[in-house]
Parts: sequence; C-alpha cells; structure tokens
Amino acid sequence: MNQKIAIQVDDLTVAYNYKPVLWDIDLIVPEGVLMAIVGPNGAGKSTLIKSILGIIDPIAGSVTIYDKPYAKQRKLVAYVPQKGSVDWDFPTTAIDVVMMGTYGSLGWIKRPGAKEKKASLEALEKVGMLAFKNRQISQLSGGQQQRVFLARALVQNASIYFMDEPFQGVDATTEIAIINILKELRKAGKTVVVVHHDLQTVPEYFDWVTFLNVKKIATGPVKDIFNDDNLTKTYGINYKVAVSK
Amino acid sequence: MTITEYFQLLFTDYTLRTITLGTAVLGAICGMLGSFAVLRKQSLLGDAISHAALPGIAIAFLITGAKDTNVLLLGALISGLIGTFWIKGMTTKTHLKSDTALGLVLSLFFGFGMLLLTYIQKQPNANQAGLDKYLFGQAATLVVSDVWLMTFVTGLALIILLLFWKEFKLMLFDADYTKTLGFNTRFIDITITFFIVLAIVLGLQTVGVVLMSAMLLAPAAAARQWTNKLSVMVFLAAVFGAFSGVFGTAISATQNNLSTGPVIVLVASVFVAFSFIFSPGRGILFRQLRFRKNRRELELKKTLQMMFGIAKTHENVSHPHSIKILNNFQGFTKKTIREIEEKKWITITGQEWALTQKGFDEAENMFNKSSDDE
Repeated sequence: MNQKIAIQVDDLTVAYNYKPVLWDIDLIVPEGVLMAIVGPNGAGKSTLIKSILGIIDPIAGSVTIYDKPYAKQRKLVAYVPQKGSVDWDFPTTAIDVVMMGTYGSLGWIKRPGAKEKKASLEALEKVGMLAFKNRQISQLSGGQQQRVFLARALVQNASIYFMDEPFQGVDATTEIAIINILKELRKAGKTVVVVHHDLQTVPEYFDWVTFLNVKKIATGPVKDIFNDDNLTKTYGINYKVAVSK
Repeated sequence: MTITEYFQLLFTDYTLRTITLGTAVLGAICGMLGSFAVLRKQSLLGDAISHAALPGIAIAFLITGAKDTNVLLLGALISGLIGTFWIKGMTTKTHLKSDTALGLVLSLFFGFGMLLLTYIQKQPNANQAGLDKYLFGQAATLVVSDVWLMTFVTGLALIILLLFWKEFKLMLFDADYTKTLGFNTRFIDITITFFIVLAIVLGLQTVGVVLMSAMLLAPAAAARQWTNKLSVMVFLAAVFGAFSGVFGTAISATQNNLSTGPVIVLVASVFVAFSFIFSPGRGILFRQLRFRKNRRELELKKTLQMMFGIAKTHENVSHPHSIKILNNFQGFTKKTIREIEEKKWITITGQEWALTQKGFDEAENMFNKSSDDE
C-alpha cells in the first residue's frame, strides 16, 4: 500500500465509570478513503470519534494524524457532531453557524472578517443552503440543519473529516446531497470518516469500513471485508443482512 | 413620597441617586450574564449559587465581627464558588443529575446559612442586626463605594465579553465542537461561571439571597422573546435588567421601604409576562393571530381548490357555475365565498361564480409556491 496514513490509532481504551466502551482499538485509516464506522448501539462508534478528537479523554492509547499527535494537527481535522447534540433554538442564523467553522484558524479573540464571510457563503452554496443564510436556525428542517453543520465543517477546509451520523433523520434528497459532497471530498484527496447506521448503503456509499463493537472487529476495503462473517461477528449470531453484489 | 416625587428627587438627592445608579448597574450586569446562564441551560445554577452564598456572609461576620459590605461579599463569593465547584464535582464524579446536585447544594448551604444566622442573632452583640437584610435585599443600604464596585465589575465583565465574544458564543452553542477547534473550553467555562457568581454576589445586598436568580433569568428570558440574535439578546437583557432595578427600587423606596428584592423581581416579571404575550415573533398573542390567519387562509384555499377542480372541466376557466353545486363540499360557507371574491379569485354574478385568471393561477401554483420555500 503506497498510500499515506491519515489517521493512526494505537491501543485506544475508553471507559465510562467501570465499563469499557472501547477496548484496545488499533486502527489505521489510509489517506483518501471514505470510511464508514458500523456497529450496534452502544458499540462505541461516537465515542471512538470523540476520543480521536480529544473531546473524551481515553484511559490509554494514542492518536496520530499524519504521523504527529492530534493536538498539533487540529487544523487538518474537521468535525460534524450529531445534529441532536446542540440546541437549535439558539439565537443565531445559518450563516453565523457556518462562520463558526472559521474560528479555529482565526484563533483567540480575532473576529471573522470579509474573507471568512465569503468562505462561509461558498460553503453554504455548496450544500445548497445559500437561500437560507439569514434564517434563524430553529426554522430550518432537520435536513437543512444537517447541511448547515456540514457547511460549517467544509469551511474549515480540512484534510480529514469526522462525521457523527450525518444521515440520521434526514430525507432522501438531503442524504443524496450529503453523500455527493462526501464523494467530492474523497475525489479531492480528503479522508472522510462517518459513523453510519444503514448497513444497506455501505457498499454503495463507502470504499472503506470499520466494524466496531467495543473491540475492533475488522477494518479494510468494503469489497474485501464487508461480508456476512464480519457482520455476524459485530452484530451477533442472528444478524442476517442481504449483501448484494 | 410618591413615585413621581421619587424620580424628581433623583436629580437632587444624593442617596437616591446612588441607590438608583447601583440597581441600574446591577440589573444590567445580571441581565447580560443571565443571558449566558439561560442559553447554557444553567438557569437554576444561579439559584443554587446565591443560596450557597449565605453561609459565607454569616461566617465572614462571625470572623470579623463587623458588617463591612466588602468583607461580607467576599465571604459570599468564596462560599458561592465552593457551592459551584461542589455542583460541578457532583455531576461529573457521581451518577447524580445536575438538578439533583443543584437542589442538594442549594438546600444544604442555605440551611447551614440560616442556622448560622439564627446563631448570630442570639449573640449579645448589638452589631448583628441587619444581616437578615441579605435574605431579601435592601437597596437603601447601598453606598457610593458599593456602586463603584458594581460599576468596576460590570466594566470588567463587559471588556471580557467583548474580547471573547466569539469564543463565548461558540461555546454556548456547541461545546464539543469548540474543543475540536483547539479552544480551551475549561478556561471559557470557568470565566463565564466566575462572572455569573460575581454578579450574583454583587446583587445579594440589593436583591437578596432568595430571589437573586430571578434577577439573572427574568431579563434574559424576556429578551430572548424579542430577537434571534445573541448580541441583541444580551443587550436587551441588560436594558430590561437595568429598568427592573430602577423601577423596583423606586417602588420599594416609596412604599414603606418594602424589601427591594421581591419588588425588583416582580417588576422584572412584568417584563417577562409582557414579552411572552406581545413580542412579535415568539409572543403568544401574535403567534395565535398568525395561526388563525393561516388556518383561515388554508380554508379559503381549500374551497378555491374545489372550484379549480370544477372550473378545469371547462375549456374556459372563467365559465360561470352555480353556487349551489358547492353545497356538497366541506368547508363552504357564504362567508367563504365572499372572502374569496374579495381576494379577486372569483367573480360572483347572481347565484353563479366564475374563477378569475388570478384565482386560477393561485390554485394552480399553490403547491409549487410552498415548495419554493423548502
């Protein structure tokens, strides 16, 4: 494999109270893949993303982004949290939320200016939300809110994107719009990691997959490892899914 | 003294001016910082902190034996901060939910404070009279140095707020995301909480331990009704807070020196009630009116759609039809027909109606139009 390694996770272990949520995860994600993290509820999918991003402190383990510790590579990484993690009645507008994506590169105290505004408008346009730029965010539909979140990550202009269930509760139009943007990102050489729930769409949307259930079950190209064997190991004996193709 | 006399005296009477300025500044800082407490869903934290401050006041008095405001407030600040850390500690280190932690700390500290207060009152020292003013507040006890202290803290809070506006806003909206962008969320969190505690402690003398949290929440809750912009909300909350302070103090001072806290809180509640009902965007009144209007509009459009269905069967859409054939349809009334005519969607001649071009277009584009908005 002559690809560069975008994300490397070693021995990552996370526990809430006494119960381990992630156990000894080793993971290598090559640059330029569109990867799904799949697993049952409580498998630690969101926790994996959050501990890679330093939102949750792991008990053990390390994360490197392009061979350097994550803390030094923050600017290369963008994050789309679960839509339900914020209060959408917050007094702000769509464009304002997208502008937040520029705050990281601005650093402390400095305010966004014309350049940041322009980038944010472009990001809104890319997700098809330009017409809603001044709309109060509570007045957006679930799919529109998800697009705004995606635009906020796009404006970070990162190399690696982490997304926590971006397809949750959105309609087919938005799902297609989002997956097209993700594929575009991959085409541009970016690495995209997505917590995903819909197993049926994995072969269609993604080229890389990680099976997770507290421990890592398998990781690799979808065409090689997305099979009944791994699905059964991840979801339990009775899980049957029709894997076409 | 009546209220009008009070406001006339304001320009000549030194004491009144001091008190009024003090409560205005206090209201402003509380409204400003209260907005953050409300948006962080920490409305009850303020209540717990203010109650937690009471033992600090009592202990400060017991140690120094004097009723120096600054010393007492320092005591309040320390015990308020201890209470805050306990709450944070309890929620992170145990399985307890934050409301439980808040309730526990509030009642524990307040109970302890009351115990100390009654103990102090039993002492043969005559100096202790007046400590109970901290329960419900007495603006009349404000002196110039108190007002200076409030102004200084408000100025400081304002500078910090303007400096870190971007970071505060980000943190309020999405704390996890703030962390991934590389900001020290602990620092932001502690700064916001510290200033909220400071504002509460400053208000204890005027509003009192028991009702202080309303001073934080009421102006912010009222302000939220009028705007969808954070900066406007914070500004409005400060203005509402200042007005509540000034009017509340004026009423309490002119009516037999009523405890200031309850009066200020009642005035603030008037702002809240007014905002809940009359604010144009989120207010109950206009929402109800809009709701009715939209419903009526939909009823009319439903009838129009039926007419459209009939009219379409003819080559000429404006071919007249008998009103009678509408009788079988739901939602049809004479009034509906009249209103539709007023909208120029149909014309009525005798017992017959005919769709106009405008009505035809309206009916045809009804669904296209609403989907434009999506």
